[in-house]
Amino acid sequence: MKVDIAKEVDEIASRYSRESGNLIPILQEAQEKFGYLPEEVMQRFARFLRLPESTVYGVSTFYAQFKLTPTGKTLVKVCRGTACHVRGGARILREVEKRLGIKPGETTSDLEYSLETIACFGSCALAPVMVIDKNVYGRMTTTKVGQILAETK
Amino acid sequence: MDAIRLTIDGQEVGARQGMTVLEAAQSAGIYIPTLCADPDLEPYGACRLCVVEIEKMRGLPTSCTTPATDGMVVYTNTPAVNEVRRTTIGLLLSDHPSECLICDRKERCQPFDICLRNVVVTERCVTCPKNGHCELQEVVDYLGITEIPFRRTTKSLPVDDSNPFFYRDLNKCILCGKCVRVCDEVLGVGAVALTYRGYASLVATFGDKPILDSNCVSCGECVAHCPVAALMPKKAELPTEEVATTCVYCGVGCGIYLGTRDGQIVSVRGRRDGTVNNGLLCVKGRYGFDFVHHRDRLKTPLIKKKGKFVKASWGEALDFVASKLKGYKSDEVAVISSAKCTNEDNYIAQKFARAVLGTNNVDHCARLCHASTVAGLGATFGAGAMTNSINELRDAGCILAIGTNTTEAHPIIALEMKRAVDKGAKLIVANPREIDLVRWSYLWLRHQPGSDVALLMGMMKVIVDEGLIDQAFIDERCENFDAFKKSLKGFDLDFVERTTGVPKDKIAEAARIYATEKPSALLYAMGITQHSHGTDNVIATANLAMLTGNIGKPATGVNPLRGQNNVQGACDLGALPNVYPGYQAVADANIRKKFEAAWGCSLPSSSGLTITEMIDAAGNKKIKAIYLIGENPLLSEPDITHAREALEKLEFLVVQDIFLSETAKLADVVLPGASFAEKDGTYTNTERRVQRVRKAIEPIGDCRPDWWITCEIGKGMGGKGFDFDRPSKIMDEIASLTPSYGGISYRRLEGSGLQWPCPTKDHPGTPILHTQQFTRGKGRFIPLEYKPPMELPDKQYPLVLTTGRSLYHFHTGTLTRRVEGLNVLKGEGTVEIDPEDASSLGIADGEKVKVISRRGEVVARAKVTEVSPPGVVFMTFHFAESPANMLTNPALDPVAKIPEYKVCAVRIERV
Repeated sequence: MKVDIAKEVDEIASRYSRESGNLIPILQEAQEKFGYLPEEVMQRFARFLRLPESTVYGVSTFYAQFKLTPTGKTLVKVCRGTACHVRGGARILREVEKRLGIKPGETTSDLEYSLETIACFGSCALAPVMVIDKNVYGRMTTTKVGQILAETK
Repeated sequence: MDAIRLTIDGQEVGARQGMTVLEAAQSAGIYIPTLCADPDLEPYGACRLCVVEIEKMRGLPTSCTTPATDGMVVYTNTPAVNEVRRTTIGLLLSDHPSECLICDRKERCQPFDICLRNVVVTERCVTCPKNGHCELQEVVDYLGITEIPFRRTTKSLPVDDSNPFFYRDLNKCILCGKCVRVCDEVLGVGAVALTYRGYASLVATFGDKPILDSNCVSCGECVAHCPVAALMPKKAELPTEEVATTCVYCGVGCGIYLGTRDGQIVSVRGRRDGTVNNGLLCVKGRYGFDFVHHRDRLKTPLIKKKGKFVKASWGEALDFVASKLKGYKSDEVAVISSAKCTNEDNYIAQKFARAVLGTNNVDHCARLCHASTVAGLGATFGAGAMTNSINELRDAGCILAIGTNTTEAHPIIALEMKRAVDKGAKLIVANPREIDLVRWSYLWLRHQPGSDVALLMGMMKVIVDEGLIDQAFIDERCENFDAFKKSLKGFDLDFVERTTGVPKDKIAEAARIYATEKPSALLYAMGITQHSHGTDNVIATANLAMLTGNIGKPATGVNPLRGQNNVQGACDLGALPNVYPGYQAVADANIRKKFEAAWGCSLPSSSGLTITEMIDAAGNKKIKAIYLIGENPLLSEPDITHAREALEKLEFLVVQDIFLSETAKLADVVLPGASFAEKDGTYTNTERRVQRVRKAIEPIGDCRPDWWITCEIGKGMGGKGFDFDRPSKIMDEIASLTPSYGGISYRRLEGSGLQWPCPTKDHPGTPILHTQQFTRGKGRFIPLEYKPPMELPDKQYPLVLTTGRSLYHFHTGTLTRRVEGLNVLKGEGTVEIDPEDASSLGIADGEKVKVISRRGEVVARAKVTEVSPPGVVFMTFHFAESPANMLTNPALDPVAKIPEYKVCAVRIERV
């Protein structure tokens, strides 16, 4: 493992006790730091918490919030909840897929964008909804997709 | 006994307090379908098949998690519960191959019939290796399911065949979680976990890698517990007969069933009742028996003529050996016996040496592993054996494990230690290397190799200074305390910290835990004994136990873990140069008279040579002939080059073995012995338990049991008292002459065996030694001073080499190197080196390097790992290709004559 990764891992670990209950908050911090959970990072935390590596893997694959592969700088989420679906969410998703050239769950090869779908964002009044990082875009149309994606560049 | 009475399906059933409803039903022979319950595991309640109706309880509780209570009324087979079970099973089967379960032709189909259901070949019942003893089939039959009510999906995952011993076919997995739980709860390994979720759920290793690339230790417990065919042994032939016997590998002495079919061993499984292992086995115990049928087995006697081995008949070979041995004076011959052989074999070997050859020159490999235990514990307690029993460990409050890599060398005892930790015991590991147990430890003392006396004396100084001693115990049971106390003065913690490299406060904390978290058990192995001051190390452990009163009580004691399956027995039966069976001194005239009367001959009065002295004497031509049984000194002696030169100078060497070992190649006559599977006898395990070995198959080729061969040579030389027709009669003679074995007979060994001392026919055996008084009367404190190892690193040889063992191999590899799968798991010797040392030498992981000491050099692959501390490298000694003992230092402990295997100075060069 690269020395700088080990240092950052140990820095996160230093703020926690070695109890197995700390696994999820530790993984969350690591994901924040690295954008995903590299194998060597999970292994080092397993050793720190004295957990089997497989247990850490079981937890990180169970929760959708943890990523095991690198994600793009910009995360695009398209809502596929009922309200958005009725107002044409599927068309919005198709448009995003076409423009980014990736399917939900994938990342562009230049590591710029990742695409995900969500089941309901809770802003049904604004349906259909698209979320880019922490910004919510409501009443989406296929034309607006292009404009908004261009703005995020 | 039955504290609880309950009614299940109208039947009155008795149960013990703490039993679940499921266990109560099972003990009464009532079947409740279940797929996730297992007697080895905690109740889990995951498969939802064991649901039952219980009067006055709402809903359908799972019987595996519901405690049985008095007066409970339970129904296990009602329409309501079966309805739930059918739905559950239906969901389970919707992505499981199911033709093996619900096909109506299941009973009638032949392997090559065309399948009427026209399913893919892998789904056919007759091709599933678990067909007929699959727990899922049993449940489906019980529920009478003939069709699956849900839409079918199929998984098509590749079968993981990376492990040499078993397949993982997750298409057949029902996610009961047993393998995950066994691996975690029982083994403490955690190689697999339930990963992902919903339909995608999968039992997987870290990173979905093949099982071979995970931290799996291949013990096969998951395979033994899998209810379906998701985990299957690659050798899945079913035995027609099973024989209860004892494992031949390490000193734990696990009970096994050897399964045979057509005179071949086809299966092994752990014995549960009354055994030390409770049914569990390690990788060697479960999969390590291919050597028995290996093509290299010696099948006839061989006599060397003009430098070549020529096959000979038994008559010819035995006559030749007898006539040659007759030609030597009694101080020119020696017998090397074997800790791998049975008690009976060893008794006969030493009787032959003493009564026929007229010499006390008889010894065996215990000299090289626990001679210092016999000497050190003999001087302090009066008996050089494990004081307590293995299954007490789980009740300890503190376990101090010093100089033992238990997980690798005594895997089943390590499980017991992990269980103790789970129950709240504080484990202190003292080891220079970051061994697996460190992960389980409360405190890890990483001391310098060879600094054990300083570490232990430092701990004792803290205990004395802080008033944590057990004064009443010392006054009442021990002697020489004041002299010992004075010797502690030299061990102030600054000195101890400098010598051991362990911070002061850690030493003090360890001392406080050991002294206060009673009962405290101390375990050690060769990390303590194999030093030029090994006896001092052992005495230090004994002093520590006496000081705190941690001896003679349950879950305490000083517990040397013996290496070989029968090294305890070989010592007990007098395969030692200074004692007869039962540690009765040859120098004692009364005892000698007793044996002279029993054996009908006169016996020598002076002690004989130890194994290391025999090798030297062979080099000086003082010893001219050696009769060697089942040992391989050309890999196990320190400084092998010297050992080879010495053995080559012998005029006559007889080697009795099951393979043509490195040493046997030098022999003039080779006699083929029978393996443990081919003979009856007994082994004595590390906790002094005498256990039966039973014949499972006929001897391979023209092999004979070792006791028979030695008896024949004895008779050929005119010896009397060698007319035994079976080993049980040898045991009767042993019992008549050995007080500690006095009450032992084959009839009494049925079941779980007996722990010595067992002096009379009605004595129940002794699980704990020294309970009322020490074997020698009072426990003797012995003052100690620190002595450094004989060879320390210097400019020319800057690194310390320490040697040890691997889980996958045993001793010199004579057996395990002939088990193909074990060599897939570990096929070559490595030298473990710390990353810092590696980078300063410019060595990459996996690169071949030369390890050089003052005595020789070997080439091995470097394994760069933080397990080894900076400045210390580690090698195992199993591999003839990279024999670590070319390097080790033959410096001897002055008392026990054990060589210093654990510390020598080396340098490493790139090849």
